[in-house]
Formats: sequence, C-alpha cells, structure tokens
Amino acid sequence: MHELSLVASIFEIIEAEAAKHGAARVISVTLKVGVLSGAVPDLLVSAFEAYRQGTRAEGSRLDVVAVPIRLRCPDCGGSTVREDADFSCAACGSRRVEIVEGRELLVERIELETDDA
Amino acid sequence: MTVKTLTVVRDLLATNRQAAAAIREELRGRGILAVNLLSSPGSGKTTLLEALADRFRDRYRLAVIEGDIETERDAERVRAKGVPAWQITTGGACHLEAKMIGQVLDRIPADIDFLFIENVGNLVCPASYDLGEQVRLVLLSSPEGDDKPAKYPQAFLSADALVLTKTDLLPYLPFDPARAAAEARTIKPGLPVFAVSALRGEGLDELVAYLAGALERLRSGRA
Repeated sequence: MHELSLVASIFEIIEAEAAKHGAARVISVTLKVGVLSGAVPDLLVSAFEAYRQGTRAEGSRLDVVAVPIRLRCPDCGGSTVREDADFSCAACGSRRVEIVEGRELLVERIELETDDA
Repeated sequence: MTVKTLTVVRDLLATNRQAAAAIREELRGRGILAVNLLSSPGSGKTTLLEALADRFRDRYRLAVIEGDIETERDAERVRAKGVPAWQITTGGACHLEAKMIGQVLDRIPADIDFLFIENVGNLVCPASYDLGEQVRLVLLSSPEGDDKPAKYPQAFLSADALVLTKTDLLPYLPFDPARAAAEARTIKPGLPVFAVSALRGEGLDELVAYLAGALERLRSGRA
C-alpha cells in the first residue's frame, strides 16, 4: 500500500519533464503497471488525483496500462501469458520459467501543453 | 499552444534500485553480509534475531537495523542481547527503502560480519524494495497458515530462502510445513526452506550454516 510514495516518484518525473519542456500544463500521464509490481492501479489513480491538486498536473488524466505476467520457457522456448501468479509454461508445464514481463512500474508517456508553436 | 507527447519510459523504482546497488557494493567491500527479513507483523522476526544473536555470539559480530512504523521496541530487544541496533521509524510508510538504509550505514561498525535488516511487518510492499541486501529471508509463522505463499507471490518470488517459524506450535495448528514449502516452491523452484522454533532453539543450526555459507561466498568473491 505504498501507492502514494509511488505517485510522489511519478510527480518527480513529470515535474522534471514539464520544466525541461517549458510546459504549463500536464494533460495526461501513461503508466505501465505489472501484475507483479505490488501496486494496485485503482489506488494509484486515487493517489494521483489527491497529489495533483495545486500542481501543473491538476486536471490531468492518469492512464494505467496493466501488464500481465509473461513467461519465457528455457526448456521448450515457449512464451506464456498469465493474469495471476502461475509460474509454469503453458506449453510444456516447466516451472523453470523466466519472468520477462509483469514487474513493470514505469512512466511510459507524458502529454504536455507547451506555449511554443 | 501545442501539445507534446513525450515517450519517457522511466522506472519508478529506479532511484531505489540505484541506492540499493551502491549499498550492496559498499557492504561487499567491507565484507559484510546484509540480510533483509520480510514477513507479516508478529511472525517472529525479532525473536528469530534474538535467537540468532545467541547462536552467533562466539563466532560472528552482528548489527541490526530495525524498521517499524513507530517505537524503538524492537531495537531495544536486540540491544538487550548485546547487539548494536538502529531503529528506523518510517512514520507510516509500509516498507523500508534503500535510502533509509544508506542514512544509517555510516554508523554501522566496520568490523561486523552480518547486518540484519528487519523490515516493516508487511508481506506486500517490502517485496518491491531492494535494500542492497545479499540475502532476503521471508518468514512465515505456523499460525498464519500454510496457504500464504500463493496469496503473496511477490514476497516469495523475491526471497532467497523461506523460514517457517514457531514450529513449537505445530501440534496445535493445522499448519503443514511440507505444504507451505511445496507451495512456495511452485512460485520459486528450489527455494531453500528452514523450519525453526526460535523460542526453543530448534532448527536454527541449519539456518546458521546457510547464513555462514553465504558470508563465506561473499568474502571469497563467489556471491
């Protein structure tokens, strides 16, 4: 339940980018959140809405893209997508799988409004 | 007025990961093995540390960093065993972060062998934060139930070893250590599992040997 501290990190990133590009307003932020990241998308959105008050992201939108678990199997070379923590290869059943995706906690995209033409 | 869309791809945990990497490097240089203890509240982290302090007394020097939302209680318990301890009170935060460890690191005696970090009691959030440790132990106590690994996969996935605690209570509970171990290993194949009663001093030899082996590997440059 550390979504608020994650949102503080999001704001460090968007403030830095907004300042760099001379943006007065942030329109939207896109996050990629892996199923295994430990962060809950709905709570991130609530924390974001609380945090944005009085910042240049006030009125902006947080889009959360949930990333399922993707496993790669070293035994058969198969790729498996899982919605929950079932760490087995769908093709051969191996449990020696490598987790390729699903741990992400990334700010992927920021949409800014700038004054320059 | 123009709208710019920036593709940034910035990891929210990158700052923590960098701080953790710096801590890991510094401790490796000092020959200190850091152990991060994760579990839910009341599963016996501090009692295990007290028992390990007794076991290690003649052979190794320890220091402990205690993470709690409030109070110095756990640090006081460890100090009563003659082990230097630093309490980090997070003031509400549900986990320790690497920068909090970094702030205490300079005060840790240079000649210790093990630095134990007792994380905030919580089986969810601490799993996401690397503290620069070499070994992450997840504790699961028998009263919690043997069905917990599948409910908290991140904690067990990130662990280097599982410690089943409070085995002295097994006669009174439906907890099956073999089932808990098997479930944890479906998440993390090959996970070492230790079953201990810190209160009675049972099962600690294997855990002590595991930690001593990890220290040996760190110092010989094999970890």
